Amino acid sequence: MKRIKTLETRNLKESAKKGGCGECQTSCQSACKTSCTVGNQSCENK
Amino acid sequence: MEHTIHQYKNNGYNMVLDIASGSIHVVDDLVYDMIAAFESTEKEALISDMLARYGGQAGIDETEIREAYDDICELRDTGKLFSHDAYREMVIDFKKRQTVVKALCLHIAHDCNLACRYCFAEEGEYHGRRALMSFEVGKAALDFLMDHSGNRRNLEVDFFGGEPTLNFEVVKQLVAYGREQEKLRNKNFRFTLTTNGVLLNDEIMEFCNREMANVVLSIDGRKEVNDFMRPFRGGQGSYDRIVPKFQKFADSRNQEKYYVRGTFTHYNLDFAEDVLHLADLGFKQISVEPVVAPPEADYAIREEDVPKICAEYDRLAAEMIRRKKEGKAFNFFHFMIDLSGGPCVYKRLSGCGSGTEYLAVTPWGDLYPCHQFVGQEEFILGNVYDGIQKEEICEKFKLCNVYAKESCRDCFARFYCSGGCAANAWNFSKDINGAYEIGCELQKKRVECALMIKAAEAEM
Repeated sequence: MKRIKTLETRNLKESAKKGGCGECQTSCQSACKTSCTVGNQSCENK
Repeated sequence: MEHTIHQYKNNGYNMVLDIASGSIHVVDDLVYDMIAAFESTEKEALISDMLARYGGQAGIDETEIREAYDDICELRDTGKLFSHDAYREMVIDFKKRQTVVKALCLHIAHDCNLACRYCFAEEGEYHGRRALMSFEVGKAALDFLMDHSGNRRNLEVDFFGGEPTLNFEVVKQLVAYGREQEKLRNKNFRFTLTTNGVLLNDEIMEFCNREMANVVLSIDGRKEVNDFMRPFRGGQGSYDRIVPKFQKFADSRNQEKYYVRGTFTHYNLDFAEDVLHLADLGFKQISVEPVVAPPEADYAIREEDVPKICAEYDRLAAEMIRRKKEGKAFNFFHFMIDLSGGPCVYKRLSGCGSGTEYLAVTPWGDLYPCHQFVGQEEFILGNVYDGIQKEEICEKFKLCNVYAKESCRDCFARFYCSGGCAANAWNFSKDINGAYEIGCELQKKRVECALMIKAAEAEM
């Protein structure tokens, strides 16, 4: 597409199909301790 | 009407976020304006509007505009634009979800050798008495965690305080116990430590480099800023004492798996300078965050501070891009987003896990929903010996998700912040599902900056 550049992202809708294993890091633990930020975490099951 | 997209301009980039799919598009002005009017305007009227606005500019003619229109339709038809948020219908299942405990914050010492002005732990004492956690309490906490973690293998334990190095022998004993037990019970402990650095020495660093998956090193930035908020009990500053040790520690961890972690307050709204100062000291993993404070505190962030803080985030983002191009990149925790390997939507919806997956343990073994609630006795959930006794409190935390919060339901950032901090919400609204509006404004700004940085990096 000439005028649109789409960044590579994980499709969240697809992630709903096989997600939810719960092995990922707890959001607030071990880094920030005051704010919940999940976007920067990595999936442990991908 | 459901807001399915979020558009904004930042640092010369026109950004379009498709909220529910997580797709991110960087577009030119023509497409940006077309997308804004796409759903409310009939096709021929939109094309004629755009022709009137852009016709003749940089070779834009009707054919070009029709092509752009078709591209937008293609994104829509492939689920990358204007996609419906179907997850909210799934929330019923979230209420029934079985949760296991997977992380503990061990308050290994309710005591501290600093007297930071903003300390929510009140010089480490958490509105209560000074105390050190015994090995027996810590051991019972690790047992509790293993017993209540179900099939989950990765277990996180943060040694927190007060200042945990004031009770470091117990830290070492608990790590040894965890290492022994994880083999027997097919678990994997990820230990972490949060320290103010005052007592750091070679022995502690070597131990941490062997055993700690992450360390959080507390420092606020510039010397005058740090020393104002983070003095010793006698009033003298801590900067000179901790900086060389933190530099050595970070290098000894190959500049990975640590954060220097600062807090900014109403007194240093130019906090980008503190982030850049830490970067100039050689740190590559930096987290500097707004203070969590009761609104009446003199250092609390105020509504009128928000524009200044947002401008600082913009300035910091632009400077980080510049430094990256020069080969001097560093990570800023709140601008880090893993677009291709980030968490699934379940994780993104279901909040931070406080009070369900994540609990805090006091030196005498009481369980709280998280470290921020420790000392507020109405939040005691039970203790490490008898387990959870106030299920009704846990149930309330379990229901925390982005659709339970009025202000999150339609927010574009909901899949990046997952509803924010329950303790902040409680501090400001006495409702763990309430909103902390200043925090929300800053979070949204950080997400915008983070996505813009990704757009810039895609061009490098």
